[in-house]
Amino acid sequence: MTDNDGQRFDRLPATAAEREVAGRASRAEVIDWWVDRFGLDSETFDDYTFWEKGAGKIWIFAADLPSPVDCEGVGMTFLRTRQEHWKPTTNAVQRFGGAATRNVIELDPDEARRFLAGEDIEPTWDGDWGYLLVAHRIAGEREPIGVGLYVHDELRSVVPKGRRASLPARE
Amino acid sequence: MTPLERYESLVDDVAAFRAACDRPLPAVVRVNTIKTTVDRVRDALDSEGIAHEPTDWHPGVLRLPEDSPGRNWPHAHGWIHGQEEVSNLPALVLDPDPGDRVWDACAAPGSKTTQLAALMDDRGLLVGNDNNLGRLSALRHNAERLGVTNIAVTNRDARNFSLKPLGEGSDRPAAVDAFDHALVDAPCSCEGTIRKNPDAFDTWSLDHVHSVAGVQKGILRRAVQATRPGGTVVYSTCTFAPEENEAVLDHVLDAEDCRLVDIDAPLEGVPGVTEWAGERFDPSVAKALRIYPHHNDTGGFFCAKLEVGA
Repeated sequence: MTDNDGQRFDRLPATAAEREVAGRASRAEVIDWWVDRFGLDSETFDDYTFWEKGAGKIWIFAADLPSPVDCEGVGMTFLRTRQEHWKPTTNAVQRFGGAATRNVIELDPDEARRFLAGEDIEPTWDGDWGYLLVAHRIAGEREPIGVGLYVHDELRSVVPKGRRASLPARE
Repeated sequence: MTPLERYESLVDDVAAFRAACDRPLPAVVRVNTIKTTVDRVRDALDSEGIAHEPTDWHPGVLRLPEDSPGRNWPHAHGWIHGQEEVSNLPALVLDPDPGDRVWDACAAPGSKTTQLAALMDDRGLLVGNDNNLGRLSALRHNAERLGVTNIAVTNRDARNFSLKPLGEGSDRPAAVDAFDHALVDAPCSCEGTIRKNPDAFDTWSLDHVHSVAGVQKGILRRAVQATRPGGTVVYSTCTFAPEENEAVLDHVLDAEDCRLVDIDAPLEGVPGVTEWAGERFDPSVAKALRIYPHHNDTGGFFCAKLEVGA
């Protein structure tokens, strides 16, 4: 096992058995986490490659390049690993969470506005605690807004500052 | 003399040109088809009471006459992106297919880059490069918000961009030896953005035009070299100066193995000029498209398409 070099992008090993860098998540573990957590089809991520840069930041990439690759970014940030509870990113949840069937909390219009503004809210929820996919209804369908951390009967908005917005209330 | 007076001898209708340059531009958004459809965006804007009207040339480009593009749910979902109407043109002219390998040499802040990704159905490889690290963070932010996953972001000088880090010349899987297409949306003197940036002329000088033209030639040459035979390169600027447009094409036609091809443009414009300030250009630069603000009530623009020698 070698140490993680946080300055470059390395492709994830396919499985834990092929791991060469200590503590690195495998492709299979990353996909399983998303599929298990949100009930997605297991084929959802077949055509993507997965990369680590920094301490546990996983990127999802629709293409492939020889690993390691010296770039500023490959694809989009997807999942934070190397911590007890893995955390999906807001952008990945928006991109891939539309088909989720588990751990999805649907907010009413007022709650959704407050969540997007970064406020913590107390919605009705009797499911699991932890990171939830937070959604609302727009243009006739459910659409993911981002990630919330549900603990102690409270939903904490973890929408990053650059994605928060204070939208006007609808009449 | 303002920079605009410099070009009045080239313009078909000087009064209309001047009047258009003095009018502000409406807010325009592009629908991001990676994350949604035109119909859902229109529904969502309707239910928020935000007026919108389609442009007459592209259903996915909407004018928002009374609103700023940023404060609404479609923006929060990454369904729309504020992008000037005419700047939608170069990606459409490049017209990449899903699975292609495409280089965007001057990508930040990423409006055209993310449009390329959408045209590729977010498949294949899109390399978004910019030499300015500060602007690169805007590119990264926009690409993430719009859900782009097929982009590799690089921070190099496009004039000597190396494919080695992408595996060129190796037999490693996934190595990139050449691109199928390249977009050079070049840094320029931005004369055509005067409707959006009324202070665009404050820093204008002929010396700057000449110096930026040198950079443009270097980038376009490298883009032709990095594209496979039979592939295409689109060159665009938001400026009127022939020094930065036709003269750049003329230089690259001479220096590299490539030729200009006709553009099937959905916007009105006039052919590239073959003569300027006592200099004659290769007659094929007339295949390029000059768009003046009064032609389509947009900003000013220049766009050309090159095919790399087979």
